[in-house]
Amino acid sequence: MASLSVPATGGRGLRRPTALTGFWSWFTTVDHKKIGLMYGVSSFVFFIVGGIEALLIRAQLASPDGTVLNADQYNQIFTMHGLTMIFLFVMPMSAAFFNYLIPLMIGARDVAFPRINAFSFWAFILGGLFLYSSVFLGGAPNGGWFGYAPNSTTDPTIGMTFYALGLLITGIASSAGAVNLAVTIINMRAPGMSLFRTPVFIWMGLVVQFLLAFSLPIITVGLFELLFDRRWDTAFFDPTRGGDPVLWQHLFWLFGHPEVYILILPAFGIISEIIPVFSRKPLFGYQFVVFSGISIGFIGFGVWAHHMFAVGLGPVANTAFGLSTAIIAIPTGVKIFNWMGTMYRGDLWFATPMLYSVGTIMMFVIGGLSGVTHAIVPSDYQQTDTYYIVAHIHYVLFGGAIFGLFAGMFFWWPKIFGRQLNERAGKWQFWVQIVGFNLAFGPMHVLGLNGMIRREYTYPASLGLTFWNQVSTVGAYLIAVAILMFIVNVVRTQRKPRGLENEDPWDARTIEWMTSCPPPVHNFDEIPTIHSIDEFWHRKYVEDHKTGTLVPVQAGAAPTHADDDGAHGEGHGIHLPSPSFWPLVAASGLPVIAYGVLYSWVVVGAGAFVMLVGFYGWALEPSVAEG
Amino acid sequence: MADVAIERPTGEPETTTGLPSTKLAMWLFLASECLLFGALITTYVLYRGRSDVGPYPADVFDIAYTSVSSFVLLASSLTMVLALSAAQKRDMGRMRLWLLATAMLGLTFVGGQVYEFTTFYHEGLGISTNLFGTTFYVLTGFHGVHVTVGVMMLLSLVGMSMADRLPDEPAFPVEMIGLYWHFVDIVWIVIFTIVYLIPTGVAPK
Amino acid sequence: MRATHAPGLRGNDSIERGIVRKKALWFLGLLALLLILAGCAPDATQSPLQPAGSTAEAQKNLFVPVFWTAVAVFVIVEGGIVMIAVKYRRKKGRDRMPPQIHGNTRLEIGWTILPALVLAVVMVPTVGLVWDLARAPAPDALHVTVKGYQWWWGFEYTDQDMATSYDKALEVADVLVVPAGREIYLSLEANGGLIVNDDPYKADYQVIHSFWAPRLFGKQDVVPGRTNHILFSADEPGIYTGQCAEFCGLQHGRMKFRIQVLSAADWDAWVANQKLGGADPTDPLATKGMELFMNPLSDGRGACIACHAIGGTDAGGIAAPNLTHFGADTHSCFAGCNWDVSDVDALNAWLQDPNAVKLGAKMPNYQLSSDEIDALVAYLTSLK
Repeated sequence: MASLSVPATGGRGLRRPTALTGFWSWFTTVDHKKIGLMYGVSSFVFFIVGGIEALLIRAQLASPDGTVLNADQYNQIFTMHGLTMIFLFVMPMSAAFFNYLIPLMIGARDVAFPRINAFSFWAFILGGLFLYSSVFLGGAPNGGWFGYAPNSTTDPTIGMTFYALGLLITGIASSAGAVNLAVTIINMRAPGMSLFRTPVFIWMGLVVQFLLAFSLPIITVGLFELLFDRRWDTAFFDPTRGGDPVLWQHLFWLFGHPEVYILILPAFGIISEIIPVFSRKPLFGYQFVVFSGISIGFIGFGVWAHHMFAVGLGPVANTAFGLSTAIIAIPTGVKIFNWMGTMYRGDLWFATPMLYSVGTIMMFVIGGLSGVTHAIVPSDYQQTDTYYIVAHIHYVLFGGAIFGLFAGMFFWWPKIFGRQLNERAGKWQFWVQIVGFNLAFGPMHVLGLNGMIRREYTYPASLGLTFWNQVSTVGAYLIAVAILMFIVNVVRTQRKPRGLENEDPWDARTIEWMTSCPPPVHNFDEIPTIHSIDEFWHRKYVEDHKTGTLVPVQAGAAPTHADDDGAHGEGHGIHLPSPSFWPLVAASGLPVIAYGVLYSWVVVGAGAFVMLVGFYGWALEPSVAEG
Repeated sequence: MADVAIERPTGEPETTTGLPSTKLAMWLFLASECLLFGALITTYVLYRGRSDVGPYPADVFDIAYTSVSSFVLLASSLTMVLALSAAQKRDMGRMRLWLLATAMLGLTFVGGQVYEFTTFYHEGLGISTNLFGTTFYVLTGFHGVHVTVGVMMLLSLVGMSMADRLPDEPAFPVEMIGLYWHFVDIVWIVIFTIVYLIPTGVAPK
Repeated sequence: MRATHAPGLRGNDSIERGIVRKKALWFLGLLALLLILAGCAPDATQSPLQPAGSTAEAQKNLFVPVFWTAVAVFVIVEGGIVMIAVKYRRKKGRDRMPPQIHGNTRLEIGWTILPALVLAVVMVPTVGLVWDLARAPAPDALHVTVKGYQWWWGFEYTDQDMATSYDKALEVADVLVVPAGREIYLSLEANGGLIVNDDPYKADYQVIHSFWAPRLFGKQDVVPGRTNHILFSADEPGIYTGQCAEFCGLQHGRMKFRIQVLSAADWDAWVANQKLGGADPTDPLATKGMELFMNPLSDGRGACIACHAIGGTDAGGIAAPNLTHFGADTHSCFAGCNWDVSDVDALNAWLQDPNAVKLGAKMPNYQLSSDEIDALVAYLTSLK
């Protein structure tokens, strides 16, 4: 980067970090792979925490008039369970996949803005820790992840102030990440990779980033208003001064419904990659899947009030949102048929990633169908805010999104770590998990249809709900067993020496498998030129278009295309962004400011100062250190 | 956003669209900002004329005063364009001059806003007095913070230029910060129209 | 899981696939069973699937066909997936390259239109019922205003022919009493904000609730600043339970109510009795209880009448449940309808320390002695 006429280190007392390995390198890295790994590991830790919260909830509800938790503890725990699973697990775990894989799948050396990427990660993790620090500072948020005002604005404990501030911080992380990844996909693709040659995972990634970019500002405004109401006694949602609590619901769900697709589309992208690999067939109707993803993105902004059918918006609004909800079921359903079409007449190899992918489809179908019954507005008056909805969201978000994420973990594990998770343990885990999952959440349909409301900390025996609650609790603990099996599998796998017999263990289709496992820092020695969807596959097999049959390419005959040759190899002469601690410095100002809002203006000033120092250090430092 | 400008300067690796990534990112960021202000303005409009106690807008607004400060802010868009033009001609002296002028106009606007807030406060309109106070201070305050951030970026640009730490293509960061600056100006036109110029339509109770 | 140790990976895989198929089928069966069981939890007492009134009936009649349509789609789609998975799984000794099908536009358009048609059919009666439930009430409908507090329900009868013999409206708490067969028009209002207290944990707040009696009607939110309505009627006399369905703070789970439906004759008698104020007791213990109730407690411990009202007496508080006919047979439960009035122990425990039985309850602990509690219980249960 000779374009910068300044000394590389800046010489301002702090020497620029250079280490690419070792403990401290993780704090300064701007490598999308390392950041992706950190996203993955930290969000998995939050997954464990959120899971323990879920087990506590199930323990409390295992018997009528349960005494494991009192009302106060229960409200905090169900709130934190929701917040953790959504904002601190599924979203950042998706971000982990996007971070690690987007550059590899589009043939880029890194994301468009590596330091913003690091900043996003640090803001996310610090936001999550900030949120959890509330446990020691007066109580965790206790108003539900949906934080309905005025309950959230009047609650006398400090929890919901932490909620507003914590979500604002993670929102900043997600917004910055969204812009970064969207630009990466639009602008950093390998030569020849038109948008319609990108993998479906990339398409879903692009849709998700746009959803984030356009829905997060809305919840940001809502959260600021909530914060101002709590902290400075403004009147936004105060009915006694003319404020309308329903405004919060509109702002929340205008974000909250696109958020549902933000959570599920990454999993759709993942299984759209996995199913073709394990079927040895191209994705059936690639363009159809892409367009349905895009239309979900658009329609997703027009269905928010189906969360509010019982609010009393009037028959006109309820009719309109009932119809739009029915409409969004169509592009969602289409994908199911396309995946089935992909498997049809395929050569199906039921390795763990494929099991999880098919599990994702099957569970999502259940969640989708119960979702359609919510569009039946008058019957939704009966179902909304019952366990029927709890069942629905878990079939969609656990059976859909989280199963999909597990599929991705098993699929890309060899790519990322150069080791393969034990297949046998993986299959056991899958079966335990899916049985546990259905035992845990299937009965919730029954409970909801029989009049059990959600978010109640206890129920009397007289309601006749005990049996199915007990089944559900057994299922929840079975899921915990499956997750334990996964952790054991991971630990045992990671203890083995690195190295794969076959660097392409699944006979994969996309270009991230064209580099080594794990990939070098610069990703590709030579960026491949793209000629088709499933580029890697077509370099391995030639398709006879008349008969639709495949012929393996002779070894050495044409593994690379002629126009790839002739440039530098071994990553020589590739300039990668240098490590930097400024993103961490800038991000660490955020929780300081947030604590300041809670306690003192002086602390706000200190936090702002830290951020300023971070951003100035960042601005004055070249992205690539010279020398 | 000065930091972004350096992340991937123009002329660096060829991009798929041919546009610099920073520019794409800035447009996407501004699109996102549109929704932020959209939601804030919506809140204001929704609560217009619904305060149950005074002071009401008509009691505190001094349209002439705010018109002048609005004009000052709009004028800063012109100086911003002149700064960019100078940067494109690599006339660093003039670029700094116009950037400084832009920053000063922005500061004047922010100062005017601080004065206005103080006056309103003394006339009895606090942030928690009524819905008008709540929505007015938060909406215009958010905008004021955006202007302040813009001023800081402009001054940083001037400082970096003085220290000769701008990239070889100085027009690029100026253009990026200019995009942001023009956006903030345009948003003010909308806010000024909706908050100050359109009467509430509901007579105070 | 692996019973045999056949040499080579392929062999193992094929055995495993057989197991996979069996497991998949078993699993699908289990799922279908669960779904079918969804309709039958015979001991459930608060099930919208056992409607007892026209509104819940209409809602169930809409849900059931949609549910079975969904089950049919479920069987077709999941069955299809399982069949494909079983039929095209990789088999031993069959190393094949499948035909490379990239898509089929006609087919894809077909499976876009098909669900659209199904949904369109489903949405027609949906929209119809949305509008029907929003209709105006019949001229002879009974009007009741439902008030949601943290965390109990109050009911005010607003019709002219329900006027009381004293100067306040007819109000009850916890149990809504209505006649069978007549249309009931509920107006839902969020109340609260009435208890102002230095201790923010003891103040009550106006928040959103949701009013739901599953066997009679689907829920409608109770939103501060808005008035929502529910129109329903009950077929048969009986007691139907319900509870707040929108999270409303600490004791959301214990914000319950009952709807007692009376026959025409019982209804008339009930109305006649309710129009009277709270009767002065004759029993000496209850008389002592009344004195305690109507006057400030000793040592500045506060006064019951600051918050509670008893019609026809000096007690006129409006922040807490109206106790005019606390001991009436229809008033079967108290404190958010979590305990039966007939349960004297529960009543004693409540008066001793409300917070110990219902964490966060807005009624303070008045440090009542057991004598005082006995007297108050005698008085309150004498209010028939």
